Amino acid sequence: MPVPTPFHPRTSALCTSYRWKQWSGYHAVCSYETCHEREYNAFRQGAGLLDVTPLFKYEVRGKGAADFLSHVLTKDARKVKVGQVSYVSWTDDKGKMLDDGTITRIADDHFRMTAALPTYYWLEKNRRGYDVTVSDVSDQIATLALQGPTSRAILKKACDADLDKLGFFKTTACRMDGFEARITRTGYTGDLGYEVWVKNADALKLWDHLMDAGKDHGIEAAGLDALDITRIEAGFILLDVDYFSAKDCLIEARKSTPYEIGLGWTVNLDREPFIGQAALKAEKAKGSKWAFVGLDIDWLELEALYLAQDLPPSVPGAAWRTAVPVFDQDMGQVGQATSGAWSPILKKNLALATVLNEHSKPGTKLRIETTVEFKRQSVTATVVEKPFFNPERKRA
Amino acid sequence: MTTTTAVPLVTEQVASKYKDAKPTGEYDAIVVGGGHNGLICAAYMAKAGKKVLLLERRHVLGGAAVTEEVFPGFKFSVCSYVVSLFRPHIIRDLELPKFGYQVLPLDCSFLPLPNGDSLARWGDGERTRREIARFSKKDSEVYPEFGKAMMQMARFAKPLIDSPAPAPESLNPLELLDILQVGERFKNLGKDNQTRLVKMMTMSAADFLDEWFESDTLKGPMSVSGIIGTFQGVRSPGTAYVLLHHYMGEIDGAFRSWGFAKGGTGAISMACAGAAKHLGVEIRTEAAVAKILMKGNSARGVVMANGDEIRAKIVVSGVDPRLTFMGLVGEEHLDGEFATQIKRYKFRGSSGKVNLALDRFPNFTCRPGDGNHLRGDIAIVPSMDYVEKAFDEAKYGDFSRRPYINIVIPSLTDPSVAPPGKHVMSCFVQYAPYNIKEGPSHWPQRREAFGETVIDTIEEYVPNIRQTILHKQVLSPWDLEKDFGLTEGNIFHGELSLEQLAFQRPTAKWSRYRTPVDNLYLCGSGAHPGGGIMGAPGELASKEILKSGAI
Repeated sequence: MPVPTPFHPRTSALCTSYRWKQWSGYHAVCSYETCHEREYNAFRQGAGLLDVTPLFKYEVRGKGAADFLSHVLTKDARKVKVGQVSYVSWTDDKGKMLDDGTITRIADDHFRMTAALPTYYWLEKNRRGYDVTVSDVSDQIATLALQGPTSRAILKKACDADLDKLGFFKTTACRMDGFEARITRTGYTGDLGYEVWVKNADALKLWDHLMDAGKDHGIEAAGLDALDITRIEAGFILLDVDYFSAKDCLIEARKSTPYEIGLGWTVNLDREPFIGQAALKAEKAKGSKWAFVGLDIDWLELEALYLAQDLPPSVPGAAWRTAVPVFDQDMGQVGQATSGAWSPILKKNLALATVLNEHSKPGTKLRIETTVEFKRQSVTATVVEKPFFNPERKRA
Repeated sequence: MTTTTAVPLVTEQVASKYKDAKPTGEYDAIVVGGGHNGLICAAYMAKAGKKVLLLERRHVLGGAAVTEEVFPGFKFSVCSYVVSLFRPHIIRDLELPKFGYQVLPLDCSFLPLPNGDSLARWGDGERTRREIARFSKKDSEVYPEFGKAMMQMARFAKPLIDSPAPAPESLNPLELLDILQVGERFKNLGKDNQTRLVKMMTMSAADFLDEWFESDTLKGPMSVSGIIGTFQGVRSPGTAYVLLHHYMGEIDGAFRSWGFAKGGTGAISMACAGAAKHLGVEIRTEAAVAKILMKGNSARGVVMANGDEIRAKIVVSGVDPRLTFMGLVGEEHLDGEFATQIKRYKFRGSSGKVNLALDRFPNFTCRPGDGNHLRGDIAIVPSMDYVEKAFDEAKYGDFSRRPYINIVIPSLTDPSVAPPGKHVMSCFVQYAPYNIKEGPSHWPQRREAFGETVIDTIEEYVPNIRQTILHKQVLSPWDLEKDFGLTEGNIFHGELSLEQLAFQRPTAKWSRYRTPVDNLYLCGSGAHPGGGIMGAPGELASKEILKSGAI
């Protein structure tokens, strides 16, 4: 039975559609209205306000914090400066992905880490020999993501931090309307955006304060359906959809390495030992079996399949996440597309897929299964560079 | 117009002023007019490797699909204000999203009523059914059936707007095959829809809707789709066909209704211009063409207002047929019969535009407060009689005392077009006949009164509207002609009435973008399939030109 987040009194009052789902044991809004379209447009034209409290959050403190995180993550956390946020992944000792998240260096000896899955025990069990403490603050910190082109204008109005100087993936503490908050310039929409972290007790004040500051800037409460389209446009991978945590996999074939899911850039190989290092070094030398790619699904072919049934073309309004096979030109299966969406902003039918490495070069023409009028067929899908959508304002 | 104009910053990113960068050399094609169709035609020709120059008289590109900062901080879609029929394959071919093309769907059609009631039709079908049921339970259930029938007929009509007009007079077997295919598809429509289609081609919008619905409240806003941009009333025969246009729109691959362009409709033109420039088109603004340079019966280039001559193998005109032939070519170069037909081609502008900069969102008495009902289009048209009466006044040379007004407030959806908390309100107004009884040139003396009439009308629904107006821009049909080159202020480059469509647009025999003048082509809304932000005339013209081998 899911429990409410600290924002529930506000989100539930606005969620007229009653469309909720469970996210890490919390009630989370899929879309506030029957259709997520307006919420999507808020992310891309104004600002969407999204409750991301269900993320798991850990405080890692102590002199050995950076060394410890460098040991458990594939990234060298010692290189992350105070005031910086870094996107990270971590693996088991065979180099297989356990989870991905962020670390925020609040002080020399203090990091905050986020994870999609409960990770306390794993951190705790690897802590031996390091001068650190790990505390699970998942239930103590409430978080809102404010994402979209007007998010900076809203936050500038709402807090005392100098946001013009807060770069991409940077963090600052600030004071809002009588309470303290931490801002990170991060998010899951691939756009200009921030996440704001407060004590649970200040959650409702934060919600009201941001809504008030945003009312002239096109702010809208937004749910996970809208987020899902934006994250696909941004080419971001999602645990339990596009890949699975090694600890949950019954078979080896389900597991992936960071290189295989497009997170190779979060791996700093040549340094002191870290968990999974040997396996990842070997993979780096040998090459990876799989690659995570973006697919652009051919519209004309899809339209023709509909026309053959005397139907107008149609694409689902929401993002999909039921995996379908991906084939080479000879219809041999070379992988699977795990999620996708029609991108309203790019006017493209997009998918994220895991394919055999030799089929992953941009420009490669593959085929993706598609079902039209109950008939399974396939259309061309071209491998393209990710992110699909990457506006200048994201980093500006 | 009561106002100043914009700093056209976006235009400067893709175009140079004529005087600063005079074109050089000889071109394959010169496109006259930088409206969206001209830009699209130019882009397609350049894509085929042709050397193309595009000349725009104004300082800003877009023609009637233009965004201007009329009042500091407020960006107005000055003329055309919504988009629906823009062809999806053009968006793909020219990769317009890369150049800033974004459309935000309108989710609601809101109808405030004078008695304090209101009707809102939503994207959510169940919600719409409940709304309509307050007026007629029967209509609430017929409404989706009507939508389905219209969609099926729109699908029948779609290939007609995506290909050159059929040529019924032709003896070419391929042409006949085309026409037979239309017949075949007609046959496949099924008996019910065949009957409906024939009715649509002949009936008035009012009569057609009467066959389906009983609630006058519902029929009011539905009927006006049949008369937009025409000098006809909802009871004029032939207006039913135009209803279909409302169901032909495609956004994101699905047949559906209407949207705003992010940044105003000018952003669509700027995306087309961005694509055109990227493909190698030279674009010059403040470049007024005075004449088409003729040699015998052949166009050889253009003569600029300052006397410069620029030569090209062909000239493509994006301006309307009257202005093209009577203005740029000159009657002396036309044969008498053709000149007569062009003179007979009907413009009869019937609409105006009032653009307001507002201090806050307009508070409608019938549904107070901000809400999603304001985020679509808002129609002031309480009944079909209301529109017909409005037309009665126009018939005898007056603007309507209580006109049909179609309002949109894009700043509620796209915060980039107004300062925080402020809004742009675009009001399309019909009827405002070009031919007022004093004569069109007297519009400047009537303009203020026209603007006041519109605000008086809105005030009946939004009592404090006057106190919230920071700035007002009023465009009469005469202004549309003078400032935007739209003959008689017709927003579609000539009425979209049946006798001026397809193989008769703009005239019989010359509906395929060619003209009686050699090497002169049409690519604007005065050519098939007509007006609106559709892009089809521009694209189809380019294909016809490239196929002809003229360049």
